[in-house]
Amino acid sequence: MATSSVSKGCFVFKPSSKKKKKTLSLEDHFTNSSDDGETATRRFNICQELWDMTKSETGMLQDELNKKILDSLLEFIKRSASSFQSKVNDWASVMRASEIPTAALVLGVNVPDHDMTFQSLSELLQQSVTPFVVSVQAKECAALKHLMQKVLERLMGVDVTMDDDEEDGGQHIAPTHHKRVHCSLSSLCDWYHSVSKKYAGTSPGKKRTSTAKDMPSNPPIVVIFKDLEAFSPRVLQDFIVICSRYVQKLPLMFIFGIATSPSTIQHMLPHSVSSLLCIELFQSLSCTQHLATVIDKLVLNPQFPFKLTGKVLQVLVSIFLYHDFSVRNFIKGFQLALVEHFHSQPLSVLCCSKKEALAHIQTLGHEDVERVRQLPSFMRYVETQEPQKQVELLTKDQCVKEVCQSLLKALRKYHKNYYPILRCLHTLTSSLPKYPLGKQIRELHISCLERNVWETEEYDTAMQLLKLLAKDELVAILQKCVVILSSSESKKMKAAHGQLQSYLAKFDQLDNLSAEELMQDAVSPEKELHKKTDLYQLQKTLLEMKETRRTKKKTPFEVLRNQILEFVDSLVRVHLVPPESKPLNEVCYYGSSGVLRRHLNATPRTSIQTALSNPYCYLQHEGLKTDSSAVSNAAPDICIVYKLHLECGRLINLFDWLEAYSTVVSAAEGKDPDSTDYGKVDELKHARFIQAVSELEFLGFVKATKQKADHVARLTWGGC
Amino acid sequence: MSPQKRSTESNRLEVRFIGDGDVLNHIVDKQEGAKAAAASSSVLTLATKRVAKKLLVEQDEEELEEEEDYNEQDYVEALGTGTEEGAENGSAGTTGADVFTFQSVKRKNKMAQMASEWARTPKKSVNFSVSESPEKTPSKGPVSQNKTPQKGKKVQFVSTTPHRLRKRLSAPNLKSDSDSDYSASNSEEEGEEEEDEEGEKTSTAVAQPKTPNKSVTAAAAAALYKTPAKKSKKAEEPNLVEEYFEAHSSSKVMTSDRTLERLQTPKLDRDTLLRLLNGKPSCYNIEIQQLNQTYEKHFSKWMLQLQLGFNMLLYGLGSKKLLLERFRTSMLSDSLHLVVNGFFPSITLKSVLNAITGEVLEHDGSFRTPMDQIDFIGKTLRKDPDTHIYLIIHNIDGPMLRAEKTQQALGQLASIPSMHLLASIDHINAPVVWDQSKMSLFNWLWYETTTYLPYTEETSYENSLLVQQTGALALSSLTHVLRSLTPNARGIFRLLAEFQLENKDNPSYTGLSFQDFYQRCREAFLVNSDITLRTQLTEFRDHKLIRTKRGGDGVEYLLIPVDTGTLTDFLEKEEVD
Repeated sequence: MATSSVSKGCFVFKPSSKKKKKTLSLEDHFTNSSDDGETATRRFNICQELWDMTKSETGMLQDELNKKILDSLLEFIKRSASSFQSKVNDWASVMRASEIPTAALVLGVNVPDHDMTFQSLSELLQQSVTPFVVSVQAKECAALKHLMQKVLERLMGVDVTMDDDEEDGGQHIAPTHHKRVHCSLSSLCDWYHSVSKKYAGTSPGKKRTSTAKDMPSNPPIVVIFKDLEAFSPRVLQDFIVICSRYVQKLPLMFIFGIATSPSTIQHMLPHSVSSLLCIELFQSLSCTQHLATVIDKLVLNPQFPFKLTGKVLQVLVSIFLYHDFSVRNFIKGFQLALVEHFHSQPLSVLCCSKKEALAHIQTLGHEDVERVRQLPSFMRYVETQEPQKQVELLTKDQCVKEVCQSLLKALRKYHKNYYPILRCLHTLTSSLPKYPLGKQIRELHISCLERNVWETEEYDTAMQLLKLLAKDELVAILQKCVVILSSSESKKMKAAHGQLQSYLAKFDQLDNLSAEELMQDAVSPEKELHKKTDLYQLQKTLLEMKETRRTKKKTPFEVLRNQILEFVDSLVRVHLVPPESKPLNEVCYYGSSGVLRRHLNATPRTSIQTALSNPYCYLQHEGLKTDSSAVSNAAPDICIVYKLHLECGRLINLFDWLEAYSTVVSAAEGKDPDSTDYGKVDELKHARFIQAVSELEFLGFVKATKQKADHVARLTWGGC
Repeated sequence: MSPQKRSTESNRLEVRFIGDGDVLNHIVDKQEGAKAAAASSSVLTLATKRVAKKLLVEQDEEELEEEEDYNEQDYVEALGTGTEEGAENGSAGTTGADVFTFQSVKRKNKMAQMASEWARTPKKSVNFSVSESPEKTPSKGPVSQNKTPQKGKKVQFVSTTPHRLRKRLSAPNLKSDSDSDYSASNSEEEGEEEEDEEGEKTSTAVAQPKTPNKSVTAAAAAALYKTPAKKSKKAEEPNLVEEYFEAHSSSKVMTSDRTLERLQTPKLDRDTLLRLLNGKPSCYNIEIQQLNQTYEKHFSKWMLQLQLGFNMLLYGLGSKKLLLERFRTSMLSDSLHLVVNGFFPSITLKSVLNAITGEVLEHDGSFRTPMDQIDFIGKTLRKDPDTHIYLIIHNIDGPMLRAEKTQQALGQLASIPSMHLLASIDHINAPVVWDQSKMSLFNWLWYETTTYLPYTEETSYENSLLVQQTGALALSSLTHVLRSLTPNARGIFRLLAEFQLENKDNPSYTGLSFQDFYQRCREAFLVNSDITLRTQLTEFRDHKLIRTKRGGDGVEYLLIPVDTGTLTDFLEKEEVD
């Protein structure tokens, strides 16, 4: 092998310059690896288009969500920047002036997402407040001088020398030929004054034309600490103390990115240091809210042709909830699902906008039509047709294409109706006690995708609870539903919208009708209650009251409420059928949750242990076939050695191990158990054993130990 | 003990799975039944109580386990892994619960027993202390008496075992046992005895364990090989706490004292090992090849996903070097790429980064820190978006790359858009090196590639415990250094070497004292003053040819830290020269 060597561990390969141009593009890889070449290009294009759309939309979403907190941050910074300029001589501002304005930004534990926030924050700051924004990460700042150096370098855009000898003050810009600057805050001070003078003196020039106007004449210097927790407290304290010395000359400002809780500041900085800061707390949007909006945009959007089945969505949400809380990773998973879908499903060529899809159907080849016929959902559809139609569908391609067109249209309609109704149902049920159908709309969505939601127990409970709602609550919720339905364009939704509104109108009329009746009803039982003080009597009367209430004639309100709920129920039964029942759903829905889980949330150790304890899973050889969870004695050496080591305690005697191994292997070789050399250790067996044991050591199951001669220590306890 | 076993003895006892509500009734019944059984069997009187209890425990456990299974399924479903996916996954049968358990009590002889049992049933399966797959448990129902031992029970020597075989297999171990061949690793001898006593109390046949060839009944044999602890996997989950404390009750480990010296060839050297392994007929070649070919089909897809910004991580049993090498030659021959052997014992982050900046980007400046270097790489690649670098790291979990900072740096490299990373991991705890933020830097896409190929290259660097270190390296360094010395100096060294060889059979030889050495050197006209000798010795010491040790009386002793074989070889070579 070209990459094996005993003296080198790193090998570089450069292509010859001639070949260099022939490198394959993304598209080529897509078509090469896909089973079906014909539509691959088109599928690839759709896939790319959808991904670009997703990317831009999620980006926009991120900006939107951050807008609020960023705006308030901006406001804070502007405010504190202006306080630098106004040289009001009152006591408060003098006190203030010696403190460094600091924004503590609590971002949550989803660290992978923070980068996006900080990036948009610094962009925003640079646009509207100050050109002097610098962000530092803990990993670059192991010591104070590194932190200092990074800050200066990034602000001034020049190399900064790091002298270890501590020269103090008075040093000006070092006049070395490389425009190197001495690493100290005083040099920063000088630089800042020269630069800000330039800004103030010359008319807003060159790069800062439009935005410069609203910038103050003395723009502040903002230092962003991206991950406060990871900084060494020592470094941070020193830096803050040094900075506070210059705060009169330099309008410094800090932003702390905090992942855990604001109390970290108290943990990291002693009072003497934190008193130098004027801290204001900002809480960013929680990641679950962020996820909810992303799901709202990507998953619950009828316009977005690509869909996830319940299982896939469940996997992605579980990874989010149980592992990282990272929206970025969620989007990554979504991207993977998207690519996998278009890659593995040739018919995904139809998963695009309506017009294109209808056009694509006409260009389908015979093979693709055959694939359509193979779709389980299409097969089910065919079975429901009349015999004559069935024959046509199975023989004529053109017929299939026409049917496909109408089916696709039906699928689109289904989606158009599905989402508004889903939202309505969610608004109805999300405020119920104990959230029988889930607190988040995604939970409701998942259960709707997987089964007929109205057949579930939770749905029944939800309906029961809805029947207990008071009028004002119900009306408020229904009004929300009306808003949801009014935004939908489909005819059916419009009809539903009209119906709901008429119900609401009836409520108003109800008010005038039955107000007095209700009043009367309410008073009488209360009176009785006042009289009885005995507990037993109270219980009895309550029971009686319950009886009478049950048999009592329903009030007009109750009648109306039941009518409305029945109406909602009928809507649910019509529109929230699981997509699996719809023909051609495979075109849009990606369902291999297993693939996704294995790629995103793999379990390497389980895989290794399965391979060791059950080699037949991977090697389909008759000799290895055994009853479940057992190993044939003809298994690969490493499996035998592994199985034997499971029987040992913390230490394993190599000799015993070898002997046991040799016994097993001899049996596998079919040696006569009576012969004298049965189970004897020959050189080959010894060598194989050595190899297997060193492999186990490499995998981390055992390690060498000096506790006892010729022993190894076992490192794991599982796998029995 | 397996319920079946008991059933054969009691004749009437039946084991069946009962509902939660009936547990109490059941317990009472069983207890009586078990007692009756014990009374009828003359051998096991001592153990009645224990047996009955154990039986009950097992009953309970089985039910508990059923519940456990359901709970587990719930959990699994909650994680979005339905049953069908399990099948799809191909790794049905091994769940997290099987993999991550506590230490359980292991007794001596266990391994030998299992090996012999295993060997006894050629080409057939043997079940040993394995849990059943969860689906099977509920369907088992009542078991009739004449059935073979249930799955999930541990292996036992039942009466069908040929007596001869059992005798032969167990005899050597047990004999050596009486030679006090077993001892604790730390010298707590009393503890060992206690342990033995405990074992004897619990297993009924007090006298019999050590002499199974004498009038063994099936029951006794069973009792012998049945460890007192509930060792089967079945018992593990409900009794986790008990098990845990039992396993940790004593700090010593019982293993036999036999060493590899008993073999005719105690140690093989590297070359013989390789020779032997190369000559070995490899089994399942076809299957392994088929398996690997299925992975090769995905190469184009890998390229696609790499270019989409994901990075590949391959895991699974077997060396993945060959697979990645195939990928490299078939897909990457036209693009810029870099291969790093993470298992290489002296690989460093610096060498990787230097290879990228120096050889790939052709930059010949130096960098102050790895961070600067990575920044530079990122900047250069962003400037020229057409350059794509593919980085293949075999064993990104290699011992030299495990450090947190190294992984962080690699993650930053991997997050550069035009840097594509393909890596493999093998260590079972490898994923632990990445936290969430590193994971998101790497943007991994995990691929299971179980290849079953031997880790020949990966393990070749390791100082394997069983491979004898040949003196070849030491010998060549000896000759090289000595060749550059004066004849007198060589004479001095030879003198020392010869003296050491004369004393090779003396176990208390500590070295040649300086005074003696000086005397001898003078007699051989090699030095004229002790200053010259000292200068010479300093030179030897600097080249690590000798070691000095101060004895108890303050005298300096000189020793050549090379084994006798090498030293003899060296002297022979010197003669020839």
